[in-house]
Amino acid sequence: MKIRVQGVARSFRVEGREAPALLPIDLDVAAREVICLLGPSGCGKSTLLNIVAGFLQPTAGRVLVDDAPVTGPGADRGVVFQEYVLFPWLTVQGNVEFGLVLKGLAAGERRDIARRYLELVGLGPHAEKYPVQLSGGMKQRVAIARALANSPSIILMDEPFGALDAQTREVLQEELSRIQRVEHKTILFVTHSIREAVYLADRVVVLTKAPGRIKDVFAIKLPEVRDRFATEFTRYESEITRVVKEEVAQVHQ
Amino acid sequence: MKGVRALALVAVLLSWAVVTYGNARLEVVNPVLLPTPTDVAKVFADSVRDGTLVRHILTSLVRVAEGFGIAAVLAVGLGLLAAMCGPLRLMLEPVIEFVRPIPPLAFLPMFLVWFGLGEASKVAFIAYTTFFPMFVGIAASVLRVDVMLLRAAASLGAQRVDLIRRVVLPAAFPGIIVALRVGFGLALFVIVGAEFMGADAGLGHLIMEGRTFFNPAQIVMGALVLGLLGSLVNALLVAAERRALRWRTAQSA
Ligand SMILES: Nc1ncnc2c1ncn2[C@@H]1O[C@H](COP(=O)(O)OP(=O)(O)O)[C@@H](O)[C@H]1O
Ligand SMILES: [Mg+2]
Repeated sequence: MKIRVQGVARSFRVEGREAPALLPIDLDVAAREVICLLGPSGCGKSTLLNIVAGFLQPTAGRVLVDDAPVTGPGADRGVVFQEYVLFPWLTVQGNVEFGLVLKGLAAGERRDIARRYLELVGLGPHAEKYPVQLSGGMKQRVAIARALANSPSIILMDEPFGALDAQTREVLQEELSRIQRVEHKTILFVTHSIREAVYLADRVVVLTKAPGRIKDVFAIKLPEVRDRFATEFTRYESEITRVVKEEVAQVHQ
Repeated sequence: MKGVRALALVAVLLSWAVVTYGNARLEVVNPVLLPTPTDVAKVFADSVRDGTLVRHILTSLVRVAEGFGIAAVLAVGLGLLAAMCGPLRLMLEPVIEFVRPIPPLAFLPMFLVWFGLGEASKVAFIAYTTFFPMFVGIAASVLRVDVMLLRAAASLGAQRVDLIRRVVLPAAFPGIIVALRVGFGLALFVIVGAEFMGADAGLGHLIMEGRTFFNPAQIVMGALVLGLLGSLVNALLVAAERRALRWRTAQSA
């Protein structure tokens, strides 16, 4: 297994007492698998992702990556954030080269790799621009290129398309799916869009309302290139919608 | 806008000319007390011709540069350290809050007692005066660095030193530059005071000499030279800042 999440739980100190944010989670993710995490907001999706990324320590359990426990962030796990988090003082190219500079690659080699990934996300002509000059969709493409160029085996994405408009969102979903067919990463992808999850995932993991635990797991047996209007697709969609709605309804009780 | 600014300057110079030339003709007060532009220009020309002005300017600038340089290095180093080390910050905060409101000039005699009448007392005094505001400004701008940028860098493989060099410093750079500019302005401000007491050269000494030898034109000339130097240095720093911060103002192509 590429990633093993073993009894991972997390609580936060709120007003002097421990409040659970995430109940024990067990999840094994195979290499090259795409897992989408769904669940009502506040159920602990980001918390789980941040623990796998090494930004947060779990209060119980552990995460193994390639059988080694995670102790902090590392270049083996690329992260794509909802708010892009580009380095504003670096050009697009500079952002994509960031990890490669840390690895000590020569300038020419860095340039070639960065260019290749910028082409892959369709940003070749914008390499010399600064982040302030880009639209949200372009920024997120840079962030994806930056993560990929560093060649991590795992990519963690926390609602990466959540801040984008509906059209841009679908275009980027298609691009990510196309890239995954070439790059074969292991992906943990948080979303609250069921359509997005069915479009991208090999398995959809639904969490309960806060504090979250795994409620249900759906294996999506659809072709690699998916059609959002196929009857199979919409069947998964409505099946998962029903399960998610149960949780959301309870949140509002 | 430019026009309005130029107009205001012209108006000030014009009022000076009207008042002083008017007084020279009508002798309302002793004309020596209200030097005209011609008087000041004459003193200026004389001191340029015999090389004393250049000597005074250089003496003051060297003191400013040394005192400011020492303080800047300390402020950047300690500012970074304090911002990144919570316990150190807790210890420093009350000390700074105590020292900061003391007008720096109050300690000038102390520096003369400690370091004598030579260069050391002036340099040390400027370093002391400029350190605190720069330190506070730099520490604050480091504290404001977005933790998400650190996370993004860490998951691209950045270690502690990389984080400081490649994220904290560039992210805090705009704030650091502003702090340095404030510090330099302050250095030019207090050098005059330091040179009033026991100096044999420097612009402050030049001004004091104007008093000793009852030569108000020399006082005005010294003050004008200081003002010009101040705006020149500020313009240079602003230009350098613009260049360094192109990424903030880059326009969409
Ligand atoms: N640093 C923190 N301190 C206190 N509570 C937190 C912190 N981070 C998250 N939480 C709480 O943990 C719960 C889960 O948060 P999160 O993982 O962000 O949810 P999701 O991403 O599913 O919307 C929420 O109730 C949130 O308020
Ligand atoms: Mg979240």
